[in-house]
Amino acid sequence: MTYDLLAHFIKIGGTVAFTSVFVLAIIYALWPQNRERFERAAHLPLETHDAPETDHD
Amino acid sequence: MFLRIHKYLEKKSFALLLGIIGVVSVGGLVEIAPLFYIDSTIEEVDGMRPYTPLELAGRNIYIREGCYVCHSQMVRPLRDEVERYGHYSLAAESMYDRPFQWGSKRTGPDLARVGGKYSDEWHNTHLQDPRAVVPESIMPPYVFLAEAELEIDDIAGHLAANRALGVPYTEEMVALAQSDVMTQLDPMADDYDGFMARYPKAIIRDFDGNPDKVTEMDAIIAYLQMLGTLVDFSEYEADLDENLR
Amino acid sequence: MSTQTPLNLANPHLKRDDTLIPMLFILIPGVIWATFAATGSGFGSFNGIAMKAQAATMLFALIGAIIYIVGKMGTEPPTVDHSQYADKVIKFGVIATTFWGIAGMLVGVIIAAQLAWPEIFYFESAAWTNFGRLRPLHTSAVIFAFGGNALIATSFYVVQRTCRTRLAGGSWPWFVFWGYQLFIVLAATGYLMGVTGGKEYAEPEWYVDIWLTVVWVAYLLVFLCTLAKRKEPHIYVANWFYLAFIVTVAILHLVNNLALPVSATSAKSYGVYAGVQDAMTQWWYGHNAVGFFLTAGFLAIMYYFIPKRANRPIWSYKLSIVHFWAVIFIYIWAGPHHLHYTALPQWTQTLGMVFSIMLWMPSWGGMINGLMTLQGAWDKLRSDPVLRMLVVSVAFYGMATFEGPLLSIRYVNALSHYTDWGIGHVHSGALGWNGFVTFGALYCLVPWLWKKKDLYSTRLVEWHFWLATIGIVFYITAMWGAGISQGLNWRSYTELGFLEYSFIETVSPLHVFYAIRTLGGLLFLLGTLIMAWNIRMTIMGRGNAESTLADDAAKKPVLPETDTIPPTLAPAE
Repeated sequence: MTYDLLAHFIKIGGTVAFTSVFVLAIIYALWPQNRERFERAAHLPLETHDAPETDHD
Repeated sequence: MFLRIHKYLEKKSFALLLGIIGVVSVGGLVEIAPLFYIDSTIEEVDGMRPYTPLELAGRNIYIREGCYVCHSQMVRPLRDEVERYGHYSLAAESMYDRPFQWGSKRTGPDLARVGGKYSDEWHNTHLQDPRAVVPESIMPPYVFLAEAELEIDDIAGHLAANRALGVPYTEEMVALAQSDVMTQLDPMADDYDGFMARYPKAIIRDFDGNPDKVTEMDAIIAYLQMLGTLVDFSEYEADLDENLR
Repeated sequence: MSTQTPLNLANPHLKRDDTLIPMLFILIPGVIWATFAATGSGFGSFNGIAMKAQAATMLFALIGAIIYIVGKMGTEPPTVDHSQYADKVIKFGVIATTFWGIAGMLVGVIIAAQLAWPEIFYFESAAWTNFGRLRPLHTSAVIFAFGGNALIATSFYVVQRTCRTRLAGGSWPWFVFWGYQLFIVLAATGYLMGVTGGKEYAEPEWYVDIWLTVVWVAYLLVFLCTLAKRKEPHIYVANWFYLAFIVTVAILHLVNNLALPVSATSAKSYGVYAGVQDAMTQWWYGHNAVGFFLTAGFLAIMYYFIPKRANRPIWSYKLSIVHFWAVIFIYIWAGPHHLHYTALPQWTQTLGMVFSIMLWMPSWGGMINGLMTLQGAWDKLRSDPVLRMLVVSVAFYGMATFEGPLLSIRYVNALSHYTDWGIGHVHSGALGWNGFVTFGALYCLVPWLWKKKDLYSTRLVEWHFWLATIGIVFYITAMWGAGISQGLNWRSYTELGFLEYSFIETVSPLHVFYAIRTLGGLLFLLGTLIMAWNIRMTIMGRGNAESTLADDAAKKPVLPETDTIPPTLAPAE
């Protein structure tokens, strides 16, 4: 395999990978069913109870 | 199906880990892997040879003292740099550099082609007391280099390690490493011709003006004086196809 | 001592800690190697004496650890209380962060002074005080010792709180903490003695690299196992950033530092890459050390501490998800902008430039997300200097990530590269972003961890804030001035077409800038010293730092006390 050919395919592959990761991330973030979960997750740091949840609680 | 993958990613910390590894690997593979296929980084340009043992020892002192934090070794193809420092640097010129010393900051000038520009005497004085020769210099003094004996008990090991990594040192070069250090410091040495055959264009002389002692100053000046001198640019044709990238 | 049964009666979550013995499998081989390296021949070898000093340091530390473990196993069976967060190791981390911050910044001020007044601050008989040895010490101390300890401590805090479970791995978090300190000490003393790999920000030699790898894998496993046993279905986004930081730094460290030592007990090694390949690998590493150590890791701090301190959820959780994937994907490509106009193939340089410019977008997405969290609570910035510090850090992040893409453009880079503009750029990120966000997190953590109502003095935080801000302004403007004047003077021509200045003529005008820079650094260091004092007094419970334990005790039922529960674990539920 020559250097130029390798470089060529790698550039195309990189572009495709980049676009798909970006699109997937946006779809995931905007997926309607995820809204509630994210809402809940966003409040995680605001938890005031400062002890672990234990199996016996 | 798509949703399930995401749920999985988010539920399983291990899957998130794999996702991250996958995503961060792409860029590195694209940019680094091809370099191992490119001819001009691997193919030799006429004149390039591995460092002599003394030069290698000097280079290690250069690295030890952190010279690279203030001096680059990379002349960019810009008009002012080429006029100030000389021909722009070729990839092949650093092919035996482990690690490369291109640097990232020029608190002092570029050193890629400093070899032969100043006398040994100048370097010796300048390294010990930079402000004695360049009054406005802000370089640290390196008096101790002139006093410290060069430690070369393991120099053959250094060549052997490089050899194992693909630097074209021969078995003979490794075996003679320690005596080659001495040979390079003595123009009257018995093995003068053999040494010059092993390391063409090497400079043979006592570098620190003190023939009684092999010092770290000898080594670092030997290194500085060979920098950028190996490729003969009167014969290098920059416009050849193979040199254009 | 037959404490096992009564202990369990008192607290059902108290379990035996079986994690100390496996550590011996790491420590004992280390001791064997260090013994060989310390006692073997090698005085006539390159850096031979330094190697012996390094090995002796390692031997001392590892034997100390073994004695501690054996002693602990012999006297009392170590226990882990799963109804309590593992906070003691975080307390140690807070103190280590403060200590290394002061050390690293002090070295920074010293080397700044060396460049401004070389006749005064260079000592020709002391090789170890030279700029070339102290600068790697400064960069490593502030990035890896100060920043690294801050990241480890905050990640341990955040992962426990957002997963609502105790750190996994029993005593392994302690191994991570002390192992990391040993890494710092070996690297730092090595630089002073001239032991260096010679690759910027990756200077430690091969045996220190191996040690760091062991510690880092332990860190990854502790973090990952804590995530795995979480009680909360969703992994909070800060933990995504922490995980990306930990795993990517592991990959970068391993790939960039592959090397062959001269011998098994030599302090010198040669890298497996040479020349162009080495340059590309190094700046792939170097740039992503910024991207994943100094950006992703610290963004995790932002995503936890700003919402927590402002007591409002992050402005947009969706944006944080896009921010995360975009940042980690794009950052990794941007390395070649450190190698413009060099012998690296041009398409790689261009690719690096394009991705660097694209990086601006997610970076500002993150900045907006952090800033907008304050929406509706902007008044808190006036009354709470700690929150102000956190928010200003995000503003500096925005500034540095605007300047970065600008500097990555080839034509700008032709002027700026190799000059002090680069130094100014990294310090606007390091002092403004990493420094401030860490200070903010420390000011939050100290009262939380030591159970105090507030910091010793909020006025001192104000002093710290303003001293540090003025210091940064001095620093950055001085470096802009120095960098641009250098860049322009180097390429300045006379009417006849000759270069106008010799190199040294471009150095002398920098003196005033270097003096201002030193002053800026000094002010910043002063602010950090004030913080250290404030932290100390808070821990001691002075001023406003009254203990909250009394209030808690009034609210909660008290457990029957036993002698064997360590004091920090005492107020269990």
